[in-house]
Amino acid sequence: MATEVLMPALSPTMEEGTLAKWLVKEGDEVASGDILAEIETDKATMEFEAVDEGIIGKILIAEGTEGVKVNTPIAVLIEEGESADDVASAPAPAAEAPAAAAPAAAPVAAQPITSEDLSDPEIPEGTEMRSTTVREALRDAMAEEMRADDTVFLMGEEVAEYQGAYKVSQGLLDEFGAKRVIDTPITEHGFAGLATGAAFGGLKPIVEFMTFNFAMQAIDHIINTAAKTRYMSGGQMSCPIVFRGPNGAAARVGAQHSQDYAAWYAQIPGLYVAMPYSATDAKGLMKTAIREQNPVVFLENELLYGQSFDVPVMDDYAIPFGKARIWREGSDVTIVSFGIGMKYALEAADKLAEEGISAEVIDLRTLRPIDYDTVIRSVQKTNRCITVEEGWPVASIGNHITAQIMERAFDYLDAPVINLTGKDVPMPYAANLEKLALVTTAEVVEAAKAVTYR
Amino acid sequence: MAARKSAPKKTAKSNTSKEELLEYYREMLLIRRFEEKSGQLYGMGLIGGFCHLYIGQEAVVVGLEAAAKEGDKRLTSYRDHGHMLACGMDPKGVMAELTGREGGYSRGKGGSMHMFSKEKHFYGGHGIVGAQVPIGTGLAFADKYLDNGGVTFAYFGDGAANQGQVYESFNMASLWQLPVIYVIENNHYAMGTSLQRASSTPDIYTRGEAFGIPGEAVDGMDVMAVKEAGERATAHCRSGKGPYILEMKTYRYRGHSMSDPAKYRTREEVQKVREERDAIEHVRELLLQGKHASEDDLKAIDKEIKAVVNDAAEFSKTSPEPALEELWTDIYA
Repeated sequence: MATEVLMPALSPTMEEGTLAKWLVKEGDEVASGDILAEIETDKATMEFEAVDEGIIGKILIAEGTEGVKVNTPIAVLIEEGESADDVASAPAPAAEAPAAAAPAAAPVAAQPITSEDLSDPEIPEGTEMRSTTVREALRDAMAEEMRADDTVFLMGEEVAEYQGAYKVSQGLLDEFGAKRVIDTPITEHGFAGLATGAAFGGLKPIVEFMTFNFAMQAIDHIINTAAKTRYMSGGQMSCPIVFRGPNGAAARVGAQHSQDYAAWYAQIPGLYVAMPYSATDAKGLMKTAIREQNPVVFLENELLYGQSFDVPVMDDYAIPFGKARIWREGSDVTIVSFGIGMKYALEAADKLAEEGISAEVIDLRTLRPIDYDTVIRSVQKTNRCITVEEGWPVASIGNHITAQIMERAFDYLDAPVINLTGKDVPMPYAANLEKLALVTTAEVVEAAKAVTYR
Repeated sequence: MAARKSAPKKTAKSNTSKEELLEYYREMLLIRRFEEKSGQLYGMGLIGGFCHLYIGQEAVVVGLEAAAKEGDKRLTSYRDHGHMLACGMDPKGVMAELTGREGGYSRGKGGSMHMFSKEKHFYGGHGIVGAQVPIGTGLAFADKYLDNGGVTFAYFGDGAANQGQVYESFNMASLWQLPVIYVIENNHYAMGTSLQRASSTPDIYTRGEAFGIPGEAVDGMDVMAVKEAGERATAHCRSGKGPYILEMKTYRYRGHSMSDPAKYRTREEVQKVREERDAIEHVRELLLQGKHASEDDLKAIDKEIKAVVNDAAEFSKTSPEPALEELWTDIYA
């Protein structure tokens, strides 16, 4: 049967091209792979190979023709004994390219969880509350989950024999052994990829980055591999993995070691992002993170590791993602924060109370998903909002929260929302400049007064 | 643990049976015809984006699959169609993914470069050059942790061999004695840059020496040499000795992708490899010369393969595009 040779598309964007030169003539026998013609695209001149074998029955487009549309028949290939005339006049088959898809109705944001369904586990009356540091709470959460599931393991630099660069993994090697608490070489890109592969292979890795600054070396695997593979596989592949470690500024370590990645990771569909403030939340969110079937970026803070909070002594205290905690109820202004920003928010709320301003303080706890509902409800009550975070001002979490408030509670606002952030500079080393670069309690107080017109 | 270069083998005096040889012929031909058809569908605008064809390299995956056991894992780069067909994935599902349809392995959401099959232990299809190397090392880590006797084939090209994460992986795989075979498909061109313009040393198989990983160079155009090398490598891994490197000297006939004019090499160079080293022709000659098959037998196989590929192409055109709701699914478990 005669077949038409069609003008090929030789690049993702090519719509037409020039048939520069025929390398065969009518009557020539061709085999699969033989070069038929040279075709000029907008980018280059390409050779065009035969797919089928046969005889060139007729050349339909002369060489030198410009603007030949993709899929136009350019020649006819016949088998022995056939005549090209039988088919030369046949109409060109309509291209079977799929019809352009109508744009899908786009929800504002993918919201896998509604906060209405979520709540912290009940703490039964009489439960012992023990003063615990954030450091211990994280360790306890990992240890409990490792006891419960043999496939959970911890890997990272200095997590085992050194007992953790910040002592978060203290004691884990002794309890679980070197098979499950693994010191890695200094090789973030490599071990992040390796751990992601181990998650595909049926394990539940916890990857400690000594700090998230070093995870910049590994961010390709966090985003391109861990976050996207479920989607790219049509739901076949799961990546249950936790990437954790200290994030944000510590103290006097300069620009390369002082950066808040909250807004970076919060942008990525396929990731969950948790950023606890208290020890209770650190423990409860870490347990949830380890049990998750999805990749979780867990942003800790070095300055908070040593802070103590009362943590309920309970076996199974797992806090759901996507549910904010209201630390303090108030009626005059809503302060939204997370992570170490909560320290400034809560200190400011105390100072504001002394001056007769009642602040409601909300800890987002997770940045993907974000509990928008709790924020909106609060703003509907207080009519004013400020956000507090340590990261940079451009495309900050605060910017995003503000946009949500604009869309959902614009008419409730009595003042513009103010976003308090770190300053738009690399972190300086000098003590006085570093202080200036970070968000402060005084700035939060001042902003609260500004939105309440005091 | 010196790296060594295995002698090129060009005869059938190996442990390969007639039936096996016919099977290799069939599988290599399936890949070639499938890829030719992919190129054709790309030309018709039915396949979009990037499309990297495997034509010329067929003996590598077919030979190594012959050395693999059930449960072994494999993953590769974006030049992945051949690997998927060789490990038994359905040509219809692969082709329909190329056309972005509901019947594709990723329901149209992955495309040519991003396909997976848990059932066949195929772990992708990876679009970032070299990224699959630590991921494959991690699969091997999981196998060792779970003590299931599995081996992982982590394929990458001569281009990816210059990525830093490859050496990070070599170090950890050797340190922890992980059962992973690093298969370097040296087709001599990293996109348009030849090996000698990109690599400080001509022999990539020696690059594991610093980490204590044995390596060998293999004639990647000889399916039986590939299979035998695969058997040495899997035996090494399964005996608990850690990783192994196989550098497959192979050649791709087509451009890097469909939009590559391939001006970095001469037509004569390609033609010479096709005429002198073609993997399929080699097996065809062995079959005919050894009287293991007649011209008619081989013609029948050709016909059969053509039908399989045409069915796959037909399916890939008629399978519907994914439903619009699919945009929002499979982001989270």
